[in-house]
Amino acid sequence: MKNDNQHIAPPRLAEKLLLLFLKEDLAEEVLGDLDEKFYSQLDRHSQVKAKRNYWYQVVNYMRPFAFKYFRSKLFNNNGMIKHNFKISYRQMLRNKAYSFINISGLAIGLVVAMLIGLWVQDELAFNKSHSNYETTYQLLRHEKEDGETYTNNALVTAMGTYISTNYPDMVENTVISRARTQNRVIGNGDNKYRQVGHFMQAGAPAMLGLEMIRGTHDGLTDMSSILLSESFAKRLFGDEDPMNKLVKMDAGADLMVTGVYKDIPNNSKFSEGKYFARIEWIIGPDNMNIWENYNVNIYIQLKPNVKPEALNVLINEAFQPNLNDYARSTEMEFFLHPMKDWHLNSEWKDGQPVRSQAMNFVWLYGVIGLFVLVLACINFMNLSTARSEKRAKEVGIRKTLGSLRKQLIAQFYIESFLYSLLAFGLSLLLLFALLPWFNGVSGKEISAPWQSTQFWLLTSGFVVLTSLLSGSYPAFYLSSFKPIKALKGVLTGGKRASIPRKVLVVFQFTISIALIIGTITVNNQIQTAKQRPVGYSPEGMLSIRPASPNLISKRKVIKEELLKTGMAVAVGNSNYPVTSTLGWNPGFTWEGMDPNFTKSFNTISISHGYGDAVGMKFIAGRDFSEELETDNRAIIINRSAMEAMKLENPVGTTVTYNPSWREARTYTIIGVVEDMIKGSPFDQTSLSVMFLDEGFMQWLYIRLNPDVSASQSLPVIEKAFSEVFPEAPFDYTFADDDYNAKFEEEQRISSLAQFFSILAVFISSLGLFGLASYVAEQRTKEIGIRKVLGASVTTLWRLLSKDFALLVLLSCVISIPLSYSVLDGWLQGYAVKTELYWWIFAAGALGGLLITIVTVSFQALKAAVANPVKSLRTE
Amino acid sequence: MFYNLVTYIMKETKLGDFEETILLLVGILDKEAYAFKIAEEFEAQTDRAVSIGAVHSTLNRLGDKGFLTSEMGASTAERGGRRKRIYTITASGQRALQESRDFKISLWDQFPSLAGGNLNFNI
Repeated sequence: MKNDNQHIAPPRLAEKLLLLFLKEDLAEEVLGDLDEKFYSQLDRHSQVKAKRNYWYQVVNYMRPFAFKYFRSKLFNNNGMIKHNFKISYRQMLRNKAYSFINISGLAIGLVVAMLIGLWVQDELAFNKSHSNYETTYQLLRHEKEDGETYTNNALVTAMGTYISTNYPDMVENTVISRARTQNRVIGNGDNKYRQVGHFMQAGAPAMLGLEMIRGTHDGLTDMSSILLSESFAKRLFGDEDPMNKLVKMDAGADLMVTGVYKDIPNNSKFSEGKYFARIEWIIGPDNMNIWENYNVNIYIQLKPNVKPEALNVLINEAFQPNLNDYARSTEMEFFLHPMKDWHLNSEWKDGQPVRSQAMNFVWLYGVIGLFVLVLACINFMNLSTARSEKRAKEVGIRKTLGSLRKQLIAQFYIESFLYSLLAFGLSLLLLFALLPWFNGVSGKEISAPWQSTQFWLLTSGFVVLTSLLSGSYPAFYLSSFKPIKALKGVLTGGKRASIPRKVLVVFQFTISIALIIGTITVNNQIQTAKQRPVGYSPEGMLSIRPASPNLISKRKVIKEELLKTGMAVAVGNSNYPVTSTLGWNPGFTWEGMDPNFTKSFNTISISHGYGDAVGMKFIAGRDFSEELETDNRAIIINRSAMEAMKLENPVGTTVTYNPSWREARTYTIIGVVEDMIKGSPFDQTSLSVMFLDEGFMQWLYIRLNPDVSASQSLPVIEKAFSEVFPEAPFDYTFADDDYNAKFEEEQRISSLAQFFSILAVFISSLGLFGLASYVAEQRTKEIGIRKVLGASVTTLWRLLSKDFALLVLLSCVISIPLSYSVLDGWLQGYAVKTELYWWIFAAGALGGLLITIVTVSFQALKAAVANPVKSLRTE
Repeated sequence: MFYNLVTYIMKETKLGDFEETILLLVGILDKEAYAFKIAEEFEAQTDRAVSIGAVHSTLNRLGDKGFLTSEMGASTAERGGRRKRIYTITASGQRALQESRDFKISLWDQFPSLAGGNLNFNI
């Protein structure tokens, strides 16, 4: 070693790099060795070479054993980890109430998020079970009426036929389907059921990708064939083999079972129907090329890589010459609507797609779920951090005894991980228990996602995230304490430390109060629609669609027979049910008509006695009379129609009706009835016109004798019915049940919203309870001293509750305008809507405040009535 | 369970070729057996280059296996006043070396040319 080399030092940068990654306890020996190497190199080689060699040596020290962050393998952490778990477990047992609040709160939040997540996923996966999901489209039309553009799915058969014959290079498969769902009676001998089914062309099974259990996709090739779903085949045939057996439809024709397919999942547009039969069979094979009657839906499967826009252009041009006057006058325009948008993106306004109600709910529930989850997490963090401050002393002692900061951090993390893991386990149990109920309320068939990797990845990721987030504050903040300070109990948290907690409480209650207000409003909205005058009397009225081809010929017989029993006071028929707005027609003209009037009317045909059976309320004129032959040229209109037509004296007015499919006729208005709610009770009632025409009757309405109980009258009526129609089942419904079913969707929202808000409020008050108990405990001594100095229980109670009450008041101030704007937007979507009364907001605010006071008071009073001797004697 | 598995793997006490050489060098260097010297000696004896890191890592592993102990020794000026870690062979290290030697000798004893037999690789 020559002295003259001593002024040359090893490369500084390499040294720095080495120290960056090298374990601290190795630094001395390694640096020494490398220095020695460097100078011995210098003796023999150039400075550059020696420096290069130094770098080489440093790089070669990048080995696991030398790295800071690699724990020495021999170092036994096992005991430490065990110890951490044990301490966490003991902490949990020691603070039972707190642990319970913390774990159950998070578990509830988790289960709500899981339920909503599953629901949202189910909505987004709608129709995805069909194998041609990507390439299937429905043909729709826009039409202008009264300056507004409406979108409609009813088309004519000729369009489907035209597309399937003219574009073989673009179109893979075209299926024309009967537009209205057909509820027919299918029977195997005496085993018969009324069941909704699909009537489509032969290509349907292939287009929809039905999973065939028996038979093939070609099963519908024969005109009188039928495919049954697995469950329906089971109901009809039990364990028998249904293949090539005959079933009777509506007690008339025989259809041969040529296949059985696996039930279509609930989240499909086609899940309602339990069988497939040929459309030609019900509308006649000769009627597949008609340009007049808008009574079918058309589904198109494009060839791969064919753009739907290209076909749109072609068909709009090609259809033009064939359209009738009405279609031309409304500037009908046709377009393909892809299957992926059918469920959530199927609403248009003025010809432009708009965010649909269904999509709104996906967002609404998604946001609520997220909020509940965030609430639960906030609680969890809030409580964890509040509690952990109590453990400053423990940290102090641990540090004094030589605990490293790293070990403390690990301990707090393990603790929060343990808590969230327990909460996760609990939430899985809850999910298992709640899923059947949730499916019932939400009308879904969601199965538990135990098999889904995605579910497990997501949830376990979430558990890790929550434990990291909630563990971070104690882990880093507490472990940074100076042991002396911590042991002396001087915690400089002060006011600033509680600010995040206050913000979180305000956030929680803002959401809770908004949810209370929202729940009340949704409920109000349903009540508003329920309280509307129905316009007829659904109570005590039976409705049946007799599955018999003989209804029209025997309509007089059944009426006589039923009235003879004395159990029915009125009997009538109509072509469309009283609980729907089926049957729309333009083409009405009358004297003094506004030339710009283009509205369509809801037109139905009724029989004598229908008015009495349904309980129509006449405000002018009279019902159809059997004595007057001229009444088959008479019509009855409703109040909305009268007002829209601007008729001063409607009775006696002559109206000309010109449906495009037959010659025009003139009718005289003989009566005006109150509006009847036939469609959605949240919509304005439609303008309606009723004809006396007994040729198309499908429905039978029976008004029961109000003096006899239904249990007595029903068997008698059934007997009379079966004598007249031995081939049809007596499958009646009560009209009031049908009417109430119209509220199902809103009722569903209401019960889900209630469920979520109750949980959100519950979680928030759990959190508040925990915080209040923490604060009360922190101030034990202060309270003791105040008491000794003469403070009353009331003063102390006020002292402790005031802070929280103020926070909740602040939440009210934020949540009221917030909920107002959201609810106002929601109500805009309804024609019939409730008002946003001030008392709803007052109730929400008051409710929030009340919950706070009750929750906090429990702790505050407990602290206030405690004996001060006890609290002052501690330590 | 996982932990037991790890310790089981760690307790492995087989002596690799490089490890054996290093262990022998530690014995040869005796009081001067620290990483730099061992590496120098390795290069001198084998004419093969080796980094100090590689030697250090092996020394560390031999320590884990219980064949070596170490303690901080004296410091010198060319080390910038830093101390060196001197390694010493333990009893089990000695035994491992002995076993390795005996094993190889027993193999050589069975080797045909040494045993005076015919070399026959066509067995």
